[in-house]
Amino acid sequence: METALSVTRTIMEISTQVAIIGVGISIFLLLYRVIKGPTNPDRAVALDVMGITLMALAGLVTILLVTTKLNDVVLLIGILLFIGTIALAKFIEKGVIIERDDN
Amino acid sequence: MKINSNDLILKTMTSIIAFILLGFSIYLFFAGHNAPGGGFIGGLMTSAAIVLMNMAYGQEAMKSSLPINFRFLFKLGLLIALATGMGSFLFNEPFLSQTFAYFQLPVLGRTELATALLFDLGVYLTVIGITMTIILSIAEDHKEELSE
Repeated sequence: METALSVTRTIMEISTQVAIIGVGISIFLLLYRVIKGPTNPDRAVALDVMGITLMALAGLVTILLVTTKLNDVVLLIGILLFIGTIALAKFIEKGVIIERDDN
Repeated sequence: MKINSNDLILKTMTSIIAFILLGFSIYLFFAGHNAPGGGFIGGLMTSAAIVLMNMAYGQEAMKSSLPINFRFLFKLGLLIALATGMGSFLFNEPFLSQTFAYFQLPVLGRTELATALLFDLGVYLTVIGITMTIILSIAEDHKEELSE
């Protein structure tokens, strides 16, 4: 029983570390797309996916540290990402984010 | 008026999501100093909700439905923070010293209330005031260029 527990714990740690490395590589690939991206919608989508990878990273760190304190952080990143994506989409579509009545 | 003003999906969604954001900000504000949260991030969430409403409904509609002078708000927040710091002088304690106690509240049960929460309220108002002042000033930038 004890050995099974330690074996599963080791498997969990190794798989989490592999996942963190994979997410890190994907962040660099997305960074390339953000900088290079031929059109602005490409950049917007890449930034959106980058936020999702950040959420995944926070979740993986939660698994690694065996804590529930970071769950709020995942929610927080998601909400800020949502507002940022809406702002970017509105800027690309209309050229203005916060509308005024004049002009 | 202008090109648009017909963001039906965005406007419908905003009226629901703004409530979730404000509730989450209040949760974060009260979760502070023992768990992730506190005045700063709570204020940031509230201003995110206000920015979302600004994006959906436009600045003029928000000015009439939420008539708050944000430049006044952060002065009020700084004054509250200073007053809670000075409040410890009344009990012959050093500046900004804090205490806490447990109370039996009707709905929440046994709750820990700390004087740091009052200081956090000052931080909360200051963060809302400064964030909204910066964002709305940047949004108004174009208008002043036109009027010159």
